[in-house]
Amino acid sequence: MITLVCPHCGPRDATEFAYIGERTARPDPNDTTPQEWRGYLYLRSNPAGWADELWLHRAGCGRYLAVRRHRTTGAVDEVRDVGAGGEP
Amino acid sequence: MRSRRSRSSPPRYSGFGLIRRGLTGTSWPPAWRRYEPRRRYDVVVIGGGVHGLATAYYLAAQHGLTNVAVLERGYLGGGASGRNTAIIRSNYLTPEGVRFYDRSVRLYESLAAELNFNAMFSQRGHLTLAHSDSALRIMRWRAEVNRLQGVDSSVIGRAEIASLVPSLDVTDHPRFPILGGLWHPPGGIIRHDAVVWGYARAADALGVHLHQDTEVVGIDVSGGRVRGVRTNRGQIAAPAVVTCTAGWASTVCDLAGIELPITTFPLQAAVTEPVRPFLDTVVVSGTLHVYVSQSDRGELVFGAAVDPVPSYSTRGSLEFTENVAAHVLELMPALAQVRILRQWAGLCDMTPDFSPIIGPTPVEGFYVDVGWGTYGFKAGPVAGEAMAALVATGKTPELIEPFDLARFTDGRLVGERGAAAVGH
Repeated sequence: MITLVCPHCGPRDATEFAYIGERTARPDPNDTTPQEWRGYLYLRSNPAGWADELWLHRAGCGRYLAVRRHRTTGAVDEVRDVGAGGEP
Repeated sequence: MRSRRSRSSPPRYSGFGLIRRGLTGTSWPPAWRRYEPRRRYDVVVIGGGVHGLATAYYLAAQHGLTNVAVLERGYLGGGASGRNTAIIRSNYLTPEGVRFYDRSVRLYESLAAELNFNAMFSQRGHLTLAHSDSALRIMRWRAEVNRLQGVDSSVIGRAEIASLVPSLDVTDHPRFPILGGLWHPPGGIIRHDAVVWGYARAADALGVHLHQDTEVVGIDVSGGRVRGVRTNRGQIAAPAVVTCTAGWASTVCDLAGIELPITTFPLQAAVTEPVRPFLDTVVVSGTLHVYVSQSDRGELVFGAAVDPVPSYSTRGSLEFTENVAAHVLELMPALAQVRILRQWAGLCDMTPDFSPIIGPTPVEGFYVDVGWGTYGFKAGPVAGEAMAALVATGKTPELIEPFDLARFTDGRLVGERGAAAVGH
């Protein structure tokens, strides 16, 4: 079971959170090719190691959090606030 | 366990052979042989599961290509092929999907005879339950699509469900009462290890080299073409490389510089202690995220949806056991005293449209057979057959045309989620 230390609520069971996705920079829609936009929509790095993720503390403070998590061992080495909107 | 083995191919299994060996006490020879890797093969297949072995088998059996190697990092069938819940069906939602999986069901039907290996395909029927009006609506849609493609599927009511599966609670009492179901008679379960071993044995007999404990650590690409692979047992040159690596697809494709729209999620399963036979269909509930079947050994096999968080871990979680037990008991309250024996997870390579990625890639000679998500096992034979045809002839079979990698850049997604969200 994964435990995340929420900067607002303290250590909580991961079932309180929703995994949103990998943290990727959203390209400027006014200045991007369809190819780049589809890459943003669909391509993921999907490492079998450390990954930068976005989580939502759904059943807690309701904040978006940047989480660095190891996708084989489940270890978490960073949980921090990313501010409103959840942009990286 | 490196042993001296005969170079001749394994004997055909038969009733006579069984009696003769039983009476004379002769031991069975290994089902496939061990070789040192050659420096060069015509085709290298990465991944020794049902997809990889089927590809190698059909390359040899249908196209006469026998200078083929299958490279498996662990042991044959040790990945998703041995970790699924062994359910076969073709009642998908999109016409592309239905056609494709129907071909797979037909190949499974004749598999035991073709491979001379008892795969124990039991077409006991596949029943998906609807607990809401919207689920029932999608089922009517699916049944129509299925029938138009010649696949036997129909929507049935509570009374018929109660007679098919008497152990189901069809009253109004549960939190999610059963309103109806999608009944798919050709669906069923198969002995999944036997499918893997059958393909392995048949491919070996045709001269294919199966290399276990052989990990691909690099893929050589130059001039936009694949040249071969580097493994922990040396370099192997090959003009054609096929990857069939399920949950590990994106890490393997990274080696060839190919980015895939794939995220890896574990899918957990569990079996109970064996009980007397009482359930002779596959029962699926999308709303309760659970599917149940009874194996020929009497164990109840439970599966669920993929874990909510991506991971490469194949360990089970307590959360899964609690949820699956609660959901099964909602369907079949009489199972309250049955104990779960073991649980495990397999890795699913999920794509944005819940459809596979199968076909050529921007690297010439490098083919992918990945992105199967939660239904790769069902597709093993047809994917192998289609991939073998593609590699051998250079032409993409019509059956897999909709599932190429380019669909994500061209905007031609094949939305299969309606039939995939736990409709296994």
